[in-house]
Amino acid sequence: MSTVIKVENLSKQYRLGELGTGTISHDLNRWWHKVRGKEDPYLKIGEVNDRSAKATSEYAWALRNINFEVKQGEVLGIIGKNGAGKSTLLKLLSRVTAPTTGAIKVKGRIASLLEVGTGFHEELTGRENIFLNGAILGMTKAEIRAKFDEIVAFSGTERYIDTPVKRYSSGMRVRLAFAVAAHLEPEILIVDEVLAVGDSEFQKKALGKMQDVSLKEGRTILFVSHNLAAIKQLCSYGILLKNGELNFEGNIPDILEKYQTTNIIKENDGVRHTIPDTGKGYFRKWIIKKVSENNVSDNFSIFTGEQLTFSFHFTSYTSLENVELGLVVRDTSDYIIYSTNSRDYGGNFFKIEKGDYIFDINTRLAIRAGQYSIDIILVSNNIVIDQWLSYTPLNVLNNYSSVLGGKWQGIICEASSFNYEKEN
Amino acid sequence: MKEQDEDWSLVIKPSSGLFDLQLKEVWRYRDLLQMFVRRDFVAVYKQTILGPIWFFLQPLFTTITFTIVFGNIAGISTDGVPPLLFYMAGIVGWNYFAECLNTTSNTFTQNANIFGKVYFPRLIMPLSIIVSNLLKFGVQFILFLVLLSYYLLDDANVQPNWAVILVPYLVLLMAALGLGFGMLISAMTTKYRDLKFLVTFGVQLAMYASPVIYPISTLPEKYKIYILANPMSGIIETFRYSFLGQGTFEWAYLGYSTLFAFVVLALGIVVFNKVEKSFMDTV
Repeated sequence: MSTVIKVENLSKQYRLGELGTGTISHDLNRWWHKVRGKEDPYLKIGEVNDRSAKATSEYAWALRNINFEVKQGEVLGIIGKNGAGKSTLLKLLSRVTAPTTGAIKVKGRIASLLEVGTGFHEELTGRENIFLNGAILGMTKAEIRAKFDEIVAFSGTERYIDTPVKRYSSGMRVRLAFAVAAHLEPEILIVDEVLAVGDSEFQKKALGKMQDVSLKEGRTILFVSHNLAAIKQLCSYGILLKNGELNFEGNIPDILEKYQTTNIIKENDGVRHTIPDTGKGYFRKWIIKKVSENNVSDNFSIFTGEQLTFSFHFTSYTSLENVELGLVVRDTSDYIIYSTNSRDYGGNFFKIEKGDYIFDINTRLAIRAGQYSIDIILVSNNIVIDQWLSYTPLNVLNNYSSVLGGKWQGIICEASSFNYEKEN
Repeated sequence: MKEQDEDWSLVIKPSSGLFDLQLKEVWRYRDLLQMFVRRDFVAVYKQTILGPIWFFLQPLFTTITFTIVFGNIAGISTDGVPPLLFYMAGIVGWNYFAECLNTTSNTFTQNANIFGKVYFPRLIMPLSIIVSNLLKFGVQFILFLVLLSYYLLDDANVQPNWAVILVPYLVLLMAALGLGFGMLISAMTTKYRDLKFLVTFGVQLAMYASPVIYPISTLPEKYKIYILANPMSGIIETFRYSFLGQGTFEWAYLGYSTLFAFVVLALGIVVFNKVEKSFMDTV
């Protein structure tokens, strides 16, 4: 398939701090260099865009020397931490601002959906805004008129179509805005985080629509999201940005793995550092006690399918009755992979007094290798006493020997026995 | 090279030439211009009781105020023309120019919100402002014509003459001046907000330096040259002459205004075009 977007040595420099009296002297200096035919003196300075490091220069590169290509019909996922340069890249692609150096070559019409309800006018009705928004996104009036009913139906706002948009809820705005953009028919569609709003039903609808657009109609989509599950569902190929540079590009499973491993949270002692103000008690600490002889050095790593014991340290300020304990294990996309409750299968309530307790949960997690988060809850008389989402990740290490890897590896990794016989 | 055989429909580069105006693209987005005009017109009087009547009231009250203050109290001559008509002719014309300039000069800062998220030829915005103000001018102009016909029937000292055919051209000149100045200022205010403060009262002051409230004929020779340096002076005076038959008409005044408008417009478009690409970083 042919290449529809080609990004070559793309860089974008921003000035840090406030624009003020210093600006005019920089402008004059820049102009003076230009007059003498020299290079812009401020292009040489500037550093890698690490948000947390202290700046040493007034200029920073939001993007530096980015190169990649997108093929027709591909859904490209762009991932990276906050400040990695994702939005800057999309801004350059959608021509909101110009690059500092480099070039982007494009075949076909681009439409972008950078934020909800761009150009919606508060005083105008939904109907008027569909026309206005459509025109802003590059549609002609005739095109909009032809698709009007379809747009309204997709957005599900028929009842409010003649009401000013200022009376809309934020969810309705997103629906309407997405509906307009989804019916645009550009060859290339840019989508940034819009799905963060809107209910799950609409999110599904929107994802489905985007899949249709790329698969059936052969159009290209660039998709930026922090929702890794959505990226996984939608995208075939991805690029990972880190501090303004292209860190990695490849197939989605590879890139997600790369992203997650560069994203490891450093706090890994299992201790709760900020004591919550719960009044009746709180979880202090968790740790894994090994049962099997597979000895991994730290207390938060296990092997797939290994027998283990989670130990939760709880401090109770009072005596509590009808206590139940729940544990949830989530993957990096926040999907709950495993859940258990002390009352499952008719388990009994606990009764505890003031003091420190250790709760042990014996279990076995036959899940694929990766990082997981631990979410524990203690309930007494149906009232939540404390819930703790630990910052310390649970690392599941791979010892499940499978011929399947990458995107073909399931969440649950259990060895099965395979037999065969000849049918009569 | 291989790249030459590939036909890219769009190449996004750091900056382009000064005169790369992409007028073709502006034309492609003409429906958007129409939508913006509609938006401006409809949104202005939503949730008001009087609605479009406000377009009449504003020039009407200004005219009455001017008549009382400058005509009756200060006793400034109106060349024998009925004062109401004299002031309204000046105000309707001046208003068009002033509104074009004021609104255009806010293009970037007012629309940073939209401009920051989606691309369309930025030139559409100031052009739509000129057109919506033209509609507003049309409404006020009708008011002026109504007043004029009243005085004509009343046999007052007014003689509309051949110069009326120049009126569309005068409107064009005012639009060009307002647009040109407005775009220059809007381009400069993206980085340095100082100009914003200057514009509002600058336009107000400039009105006193044009023959809106006095005829050129009454000017002392010493000041005439300064007043005529204002490119709006010739336009206002010609506008008034064409409908009322009183005042000064000189091709030279008009020629000067034309030249001025052309230069300002060209400069405005070039600067605007230069800024539009990266203004989001500095606004």
